[in-house]
Amino acid sequence: MNRIIKKEFFSEKVAKIVVEAPEIAKSRKAGHFVILRVDEKGERIPLTIAGADIEKGTIDLVVQDVGVSSAKLMRLNEGEFILDLVGPLGKATHIEKVGTVLAAGGGVGIAPLLPIVEAYKKAGNRVITVLAARNKDLVILEEQMRQHSDEVIVMTDDGSSGNKGLVTKGMEDVIKREKVDEAVTIGPAIMMKFAALTTKKYNIPTVASLNTIMVDGTGMCGACRVTVGGETKFVCVDGPEFDANKIDFDEMLYRLSAYKSQEEEAYKKYLEQVST
Amino acid sequence: MDEILAYLKEERSEEWRAELRKSIKVKERTKKIRVEMNEEDPDVRNKNNIEVNSGLTEEQAVLEALRCIDCPTPTCVSGCPVGIHIPSFIKKIETRDFLGAATILKETNTLPAVCGRVCPQEKQCEAQCFYTIKMNEPPVAIGHLERFAADYEQNSGQMGVPLVAENNKIKVASIGSGPAGLAWAADMAKFGYDVTVYEALHEIGGVLKYGIPEFRLPNSVVDIEIDSMKKMGVKFITNFIVGKTASFDNLRELGYKAFFVGSGAGLPRFMNIPGENYIGIFSSNEYLTRVNLMNAASDEFDTPVMSGKNVAVIGGGNTAMDSVRTAKRLGADRSMIIYRRSLKEMPARVEEVKHAQEEGIEFLNLNNPLEYYADENGRVNRMKVQKMELGEPDESGRRRPVSIEGSEYFLDVDTVIVSVGVSPNPLIPASLKDLKVTRWGTIIVDEDTMQSSIPDIFAGGDIVRGGATVILAMGDGRKAAAGMHKYIQEKVSN
Ligand SMILES: Cc1cc2nc3c(=O)[nH]c(=O)nc-3n(C[C@H](O)[C@H](O)[C@H](O)COP(=O)(O)OP(=O)(O)OC[C@H]3O[C@@H](n4cnc5c(N)ncnc54)[C@H](O)[C@@H]3O)c2cc1C
Ligand SMILES: Cc1cc2nc3c(=O)[nH]c(=O)nc-3n(C[C@H](O)[C@H](O)[C@H](O)COP(=O)(O)OP(=O)(O)OC[C@H]3O[C@@H](n4cnc5c(N)ncnc54)[C@H](O)[C@@H]3O)c2cc1C
Ligand code: SF4
Ligand code: SF4
Ligand code: FES
Repeated sequence: MNRIIKKEFFSEKVAKIVVEAPEIAKSRKAGHFVILRVDEKGERIPLTIAGADIEKGTIDLVVQDVGVSSAKLMRLNEGEFILDLVGPLGKATHIEKVGTVLAAGGGVGIAPLLPIVEAYKKAGNRVITVLAARNKDLVILEEQMRQHSDEVIVMTDDGSSGNKGLVTKGMEDVIKREKVDEAVTIGPAIMMKFAALTTKKYNIPTVASLNTIMVDGTGMCGACRVTVGGETKFVCVDGPEFDANKIDFDEMLYRLSAYKSQEEEAYKKYLEQVST
Repeated sequence: MDEILAYLKEERSEEWRAELRKSIKVKERTKKIRVEMNEEDPDVRNKNNIEVNSGLTEEQAVLEALRCIDCPTPTCVSGCPVGIHIPSFIKKIETRDFLGAATILKETNTLPAVCGRVCPQEKQCEAQCFYTIKMNEPPVAIGHLERFAADYEQNSGQMGVPLVAENNKIKVASIGSGPAGLAWAADMAKFGYDVTVYEALHEIGGVLKYGIPEFRLPNSVVDIEIDSMKKMGVKFITNFIVGKTASFDNLRELGYKAFFVGSGAGLPRFMNIPGENYIGIFSSNEYLTRVNLMNAASDEFDTPVMSGKNVAVIGGGNTAMDSVRTAKRLGADRSMIIYRRSLKEMPARVEEVKHAQEEGIEFLNLNNPLEYYADENGRVNRMKVQKMELGEPDESGRRRPVSIEGSEYFLDVDTVIVSVGVSPNPLIPASLKDLKVTRWGTIIVDEDTMQSSIPDIFAGGDIVRGGATVILAMGDGRKAAAGMHKYIQEKVSN
């Protein structure tokens, strides 16, 4: 049982939750995630550790409400408990001083990108961050990103904030302007696919952090498998970060949609239930 | 073994046993017919989750116990990996002292209600029974009787909590709460240690909970045993991955003097054939975990599962049987086993194969998958299969399957469950540089003490053996407890 210490909304559908988890706060590194189960009936969902306070014994999670489990989590109040929480999982991000790092985050991928941006900056890199979302309301953590980046570029599909256009346009503008040594991208699979194609054109080594469907998060089930460089890998133990140019994003895209109709139906039912 | 036999001889010479033997002639005993386990109707049970075997009645148990002739040298005991005092407990049943029988079982086996249900008896104790080896008759139903006595105790409301020695305040921990970890913990508690069991998942029990289905091993049966361990003072900490949440060094700082690694063989293997990552293709671990651990088949629970109409399960072990029978219960029209050898070579328990056949499972033996195909959404819809024949025996002594050229054909499937084995969980070895492992990733231990290359770390169960059985894992746990106890005492007295 892990107590929620604080909850703060970034927008109607995105919130930061500070949770008591002293051991995880101590052992986690940038790039790690947790798996949690809100209640007895809940599923196990993965969420990136967006930050931690070792002294207070807490970790930060940033969640976007996209379905039943994330919605249930968002409805928990300060002082309430998450039934099960385990971590830190996955491999930590490999962070070095490389020069200039281009970080591209889309939608809810912005949350897991924050600790990585922070770590790159701490290691002495110049960090340029491109944040992309459909509209202004979905651009989250802009402030926090600015604290740890040399520059933040915001891209929205409708131009309601920052520049109008896709993440790839923002990235390309930077690449054309100055030398980029490494890129990192987190977001919806389709966005990462095109981000990777963009940096490939310029031969920039790029990592993508993958958000596949998971169950246990310890390498036991294989639900999270992806093909990287022709080999099957488990995202929860071999990743979540991989060489973006070797990932079979098309396979990942259809694997993510495996339960789509069941998820949509469950979400609809859930929303009806909580609104009455 | 000699020690056990000597002990059993002594027990056998007790007056009541001698009387009991005399009360009915051996000839009368051997004339009786082996009891049949009561089972649910196959056409009903393959649509729900109730336990297939409903157990023996008291009368049935007593009659079956009567068949055991209380051999002077009970060969059955040598077939049991933990050396259960088989004739001793069976003769208690014959006298209707069912709780007494359960007490004898608990002397050597922490989880008799589990083993009575899932042990491959036909290869172990029952294979060595006098009836099997000398008379060529069906053996005494040792497994059924074991289950009967253990269930009787569980249902009696008089679960005995084993005696524990005075708390010696020495902290020890297990990594993993599967049968190996549980057996280790029970013994260490009896010796008086301050015992903690760490478990990565949110449930205690390892494969007993996430793998073996409810219709074969109800969770309640496992939970009763876990409760009695809690009463013995064992502490359980779930959602804690040793090597991730905290390192061994962190735990040593907390005062732990020794560790038992029972982290199992949790890593699913795939065949690495084309199309294996399409939607609708799962490892048996994923499929069974969704259904057993996450209750995915129930509408009230959030985790989803795919319930296919044409389901192919690849493999012939217990895991494959559990998966294929689960698929049937989730509503499959065709639920098929695809196995590259013949029925005779199947590693699954004989009873599971029989139950599967009764429930309408199709067996495509001597068949092997080559490739999978999918629709435009990436959902598997067809597979290519090749027929096989049996050639010369291989290292395992089983005849090697050889593919028949030109025999390929296509099969319509919408769900495939790959159940071709598991590899050891690499989490622990990866977090300990000095730990010696084999090239398969199993931990190397001393056979007698189960001590690893790191003195304060012991190990047992599937992480040492690769995939094995519940009773072997428990035997390892007990051996490790004895080894660890000796190790700690020697250290303390020095
Ligand atoms: C390593 C890792 C780190 C993650 N970090 C975060 C994070 O920090 N914050 C956050 O909000 N989310 C994160 N996610 C994604 C998060 O786990 C999913 O959004 C969540 O499981 C959805 O559950 P649900 O029941 O609310 O929605 P569902 O009903 O399961 O899904 C609703 C919709 O979201 C899509 N979806 C489902 N699962 C995922 C997924 N894993 N990734 C992307 N889309 C998905 C579905 O296709 C569907 O359209 C992470 C995922 C992984 C694997
Ligand atoms: C579907 C299925 C059916 C089976 N049927 C039978 C049968 O009928 N009869 C039979 O005898 N055997 C059967 N087996 C095999 C038997 O279940 C195993 O041999 C046995 O469970 C092994 O026990 P164990 O304690 O070594 O490991 P497990 O039962 O695998 O338990 C290991 C536990 O350790 C936990 N763990 C791993 N790493 C860590 C870590 N770093 N920190 C904390 N916890 C950790 C895991 O989450 C797990 O709960 C079956 C197996 C399966 C999968
Ligand atoms: S534990 Fe297993 S092998 Fe031993 S007597 Fe019981 S059923 Fe037979
Ligand atoms: S070998 Fe068979 S008959 Fe003899 S004691 Fe054992 S169970 Fe009884
Ligand atoms: S989530 Fe189960 S193996 Fe990765």
